[in-house]
Amino acid sequence: MNVPENLKYTTSHEWVRTEADGTVTVGITDFAQDALGDLVFVELPEAGRNLAAGESCAVVESVKAASDVYAPVAGEVIAVNDAVKDAPEQINGDAFAAWMWKMKPAGDLSSLMNAEAYRQNIAAQN
Amino acid sequence: MRETGERPAEDRGAAEGATPVIAQVTELSCASNSGEIAVPRGAPTPKGHPEPRVPQTLRQKDRGAQPAVAGFHLFLFPESPLLKRTPLFDTHVAAGARLVDFGGWEMPVNYGSQIEEHHAVRAAAGMFDVSHMCPVDVTGADARRFLALLLANNVDKLATPGKALYSAMLNEAGGCIDDLIVYFFTPERYRLVVNAGTADKDLAWMGAVVAARALEVAIQPRRDLAMIAVQGPRARELFWQVRPAARAATEGLGNFMAADLGELFVARTGYTGEDGFEVMVPAQDAARLWAELAAAGVKPAGLGARDTLRLEAGMNLYGNDMDEGVSPLDAGLGWTVDLKTPRDFIGRAALEKDGQRAAFIGLKMLDKGVLRGHQTVTTARGAGEITSGTFSPTLGFSIALARVPLGVAAGDTVQVDLRGKPVNALVVKPPFVRHGKPLI
Repeated sequence: MNVPENLKYTTSHEWVRTEADGTVTVGITDFAQDALGDLVFVELPEAGRNLAAGESCAVVESVKAASDVYAPVAGEVIAVNDAVKDAPEQINGDAFAAWMWKMKPAGDLSSLMNAEAYRQNIAAQN
Repeated sequence: MRETGERPAEDRGAAEGATPVIAQVTELSCASNSGEIAVPRGAPTPKGHPEPRVPQTLRQKDRGAQPAVAGFHLFLFPESPLLKRTPLFDTHVAAGARLVDFGGWEMPVNYGSQIEEHHAVRAAAGMFDVSHMCPVDVTGADARRFLALLLANNVDKLATPGKALYSAMLNEAGGCIDDLIVYFFTPERYRLVVNAGTADKDLAWMGAVVAARALEVAIQPRRDLAMIAVQGPRARELFWQVRPAARAATEGLGNFMAADLGELFVARTGYTGEDGFEVMVPAQDAARLWAELAAAGVKPAGLGARDTLRLEAGMNLYGNDMDEGVSPLDAGLGWTVDLKTPRDFIGRAALEKDGQRAAFIGLKMLDKGVLRGHQTVTTARGAGEITSGTFSPTLGFSIALARVPLGVAAGDTVQVDLRGKPVNALVVKPPFVRHGKPLI
């Protein structure tokens, strides 16, 4: 199970990357895509929308099940990745390359897990 | 991300003060991979049947518990399901299969991507381990009489050795106990293939019918056999490549025909809407046949692909599209019920009294989203329910089967409650795909 060191993680299996300009990029983890199976639909939040931390704001749907995706931090959505809407299987192919949306975070990321903590978190689920 | 549409995995913790292992083992009625035959407790023992033996090769996938009795290879968590394994289990593990509990069997749901496996079947050839299903040999002087009474379709139509038909098996109320395929060889020898999750129930029912009418029939579950379904436009060609000696006897098989070649039983049947063979072999030969087919280019395919393929082909799944409370007439199976002759069969009176009471339709999603079983369907005639839904890889949108009030017809628009939101769907007549091409 791939868990890149340079990212932060949530217990609900989102990953977060802080960019040089302070914005964050969000997606779902390799663990999540593996559990879901082949993805067929993705719904993304609209640019401009303000999210609360933990707010359900996106959906990934596989043949098997639909799953809500949650904002890892509060903030404003500034960009969405239309490519994954058209080709959800990109998330299965590389969950950390197939980002879902970008945000201007309103708070800090201190409540998020680092890679080691997330690895332990997913190990405990097996 | 949190999954909202899936049943939770079963808890596998061992409880304090649990029921002793040996008491639980004797409650089981499942058979082992090594070919031992088990009979449900309480079912009449058919003539010539060996005594039931405690299965020794069952495994509970998990950590920790010690076998309570030396010599049993059983690890049992009392409140957990005991999962059965087919002769191909080790093959699936070695191939990296994702394994799930399917009707009490530990089966591969995919080997990586169910959508790729689906496409491989439609484009060329894929294969499914269907050894969890149960072949049942029905023999004896009253075999034909028994099956003519037992099944809603009419075995009297079968006159050519190897010819098969698809039928529901009904209870006295006209509800479906199971759906199955029956192969004719002689009026004293038939083979049935029943579903995995219903096999024990079916065997008990059949035994009871035989006993109640004092028929001269033996019912033999064939758990010594494994079954591989090779499906797709290239399936038969690749099968003959690895079993050239079988070609002469099977090349001429028409649709729904089988050849019993001793070590090989080959039927031109399937659950995908594609051409192909379902092949039965002795359990100990299964792994080798699978490996040879794989080496020839047949792609292993799991239960995920099996479900998307069968739904595209408009084929029912027992337990979803019909069950003991559902008449075949309300499940799109009226064509399998033979009322043309005055033949008495179990459930006939109820069907003739009740007739069809619901429409069974196909649905096509017009927007994004996946239709799923149990979602409510709102129609101009009232509410109904989706019985099977999925995403169709061949079509690129979601499709479903649904039971709705009579009068709903192809061309109507209905609303489906998708996780709290109403979405539009179009009523269509299944099947949805034939020979790899969209029909709707």
